[in-house]
Amino acid sequence: MNKVLMKGNEAIAEAAIRAGCMHFFGYPITPQTEVAAYFSKKLPKLGGTFLQAESEVAAINMVLGAASAGVRTMTSSSSPGISLKSEGISYIIGSDLPCLIINVQRGGPGLGGIQPSQSDYWQATKAPGHGDSHLLVYAPESVQEIVEYVFTAFDKAEEYRMPAMLLLDGTLGQMMEPVCFDNIPTPKKNEKPWATNGHKNEREHNIVNSLYLKPEELEVKNFERFERYAKVCENEQRYEEYMTEDAEIIIVAIGIAARVSKSAIDEARAMGIKVGLVRPITVYPFPTKAFDKIKENPNVKNILTVELNMGQMTDDVKLALECKKPVELLRHSGGIVPTPKEVLAKLCELNGGNK
Amino acid sequence: MSIVFQKTKGLTDAVTHYCPGCTHGIVHRLVGEVLEELGVLGNAVGVAPVGCSVMAYNYFSCDMVQAPHGRAPAVATGLKRAIPENIVFTYQGDGDLAAIGTAETVHAATRGENITIIFINNAIYGMTGGQMAPTTLPGQVTQTTPYGRDVNYSGYPVRVCEMLSTLDGVAYAERVSVNNVKNVNAAKAAIKKGFEMQINKKGFSIIEVLSTCSTNWGMTPVAAMKWLEDNMMPYYPLGVYKDKTKEAE
Repeated sequence: MNKVLMKGNEAIAEAAIRAGCMHFFGYPITPQTEVAAYFSKKLPKLGGTFLQAESEVAAINMVLGAASAGVRTMTSSSSPGISLKSEGISYIIGSDLPCLIINVQRGGPGLGGIQPSQSDYWQATKAPGHGDSHLLVYAPESVQEIVEYVFTAFDKAEEYRMPAMLLLDGTLGQMMEPVCFDNIPTPKKNEKPWATNGHKNEREHNIVNSLYLKPEELEVKNFERFERYAKVCENEQRYEEYMTEDAEIIIVAIGIAARVSKSAIDEARAMGIKVGLVRPITVYPFPTKAFDKIKENPNVKNILTVELNMGQMTDDVKLALECKKPVELLRHSGGIVPTPKEVLAKLCELNGGNK
Repeated sequence: MSIVFQKTKGLTDAVTHYCPGCTHGIVHRLVGEVLEELGVLGNAVGVAPVGCSVMAYNYFSCDMVQAPHGRAPAVATGLKRAIPENIVFTYQGDGDLAAIGTAETVHAATRGENITIIFINNAIYGMTGGQMAPTTLPGQVTQTTPYGRDVNYSGYPVRVCEMLSTLDGVAYAERVSVNNVKNVNAAKAAIKKGFEMQINKKGFSIIEVLSTCSTNWGMTPVAAMKWLEDNMMPYYPLGVYKDKTKEAE
């Protein structure tokens, strides 16, 4: 096993290159600048394109153009930059184009702060742009998992012809962990007969477009797209269960909040508290299947969501549970990461105040 | 019987939605003819804007992408960088290129992005029903300048070719008009030269075409041509504003 020590942001870029992404367009913003810096060192030497755009708006539209041409392409940003990209994201969705978008989240709203956050959860999962639209959204918890899901995201984006996002918190982008690239899959070569890559006088002209002036036509397009979303919800849910077997309290958390929660769970278990974790890896589709048994299990007394936002994921958890279990929330906002001690204290409280 | 003239293969057989008297049809034909004559239809990719010419994707017979409002130069950048051997062009109006998309236009130009821009300047927003454009002339009446464009209130028009000609990345910038046969022929020559610049990897080229919008100007097509000659051509002088091949000589 060859392991290298890498920052999450660098691992994103290295994984993308290995996944066959030779075209990156971005604009500087903290805390994800290492993504662009890594690409700028590597891509030109490999014959690819690294381009620093004049704005986030331009960068996402360059991605739209490159994706139309049929190549693997991506952009990376952080919260305020993703808001700027949302116009282009909506057009990319409306044009059924595959690409990868990275959001290394920082605190908001507005210019907010530059410390880790998960406060773009709603934006990523419910409203990535105007119109009836969704992204495939992955929320890894480690640098190794970032590498894995960069590959998955590109493959699935092409399979379903929709953009995919890696929704990270600033911690994951900035922290260094050992990564292994030994067992990474060979990138899939998907046919793209729809690409606007020049018809060579051999086929009808291709059109990449999101405009349908007749409402009946637009409705047909949207229903067709939502049939694909239904397939995504059926086939692409990913989650991890940690010590849930006999758990009476189940934490639901993603990204760095899940890592912190695991530490708290280990300590709680040592104290005899039966607690486990459901960690959504996809947040669109939300892994509702993880809650099918939990919501009917009489042993489960409490659900605790731990979030780096005001409780945005809690809605999805309640829906997945069909409100059959009480859901408590431990939250921080603005760039603060909860400590294991804090989570442990909350677990003790839920366990009836036993310390 | 021999064929002496036929429609260019650069255009599809789709019936256009343009108003009677609109000059988009002329410019579409010129672009189609140039692409055909240069033998690049098979590897040309066009980018349609938002505005009256949004449905250009149905009219040009090459591959086409429809961009968000003003973003065509960024979309074209992505297309060109992905497959540099393809011939990539945008077709944009004045609101798209010189208002909402100014940043994308200026930066594609200063990067020397090897693309060709066909810029339709008709001094008004056509698709939305005749509002003030960045190129609306001082005093010109539009839906949103009902008392005429007051430069002390709404500022001055943008002269795009003059502005872009100051940028080192621009290989070719020419303003033409399609108000008479002579100028239509000159416009075609300029469009051809723009695409040749791209084929020869010289960098960014833009051809600004002074055009009419008789519907939103509230004139007959003939009166609109006269208005263009009397008002637009003095404010927006025709000519070559940048030609890198000449500078090199």
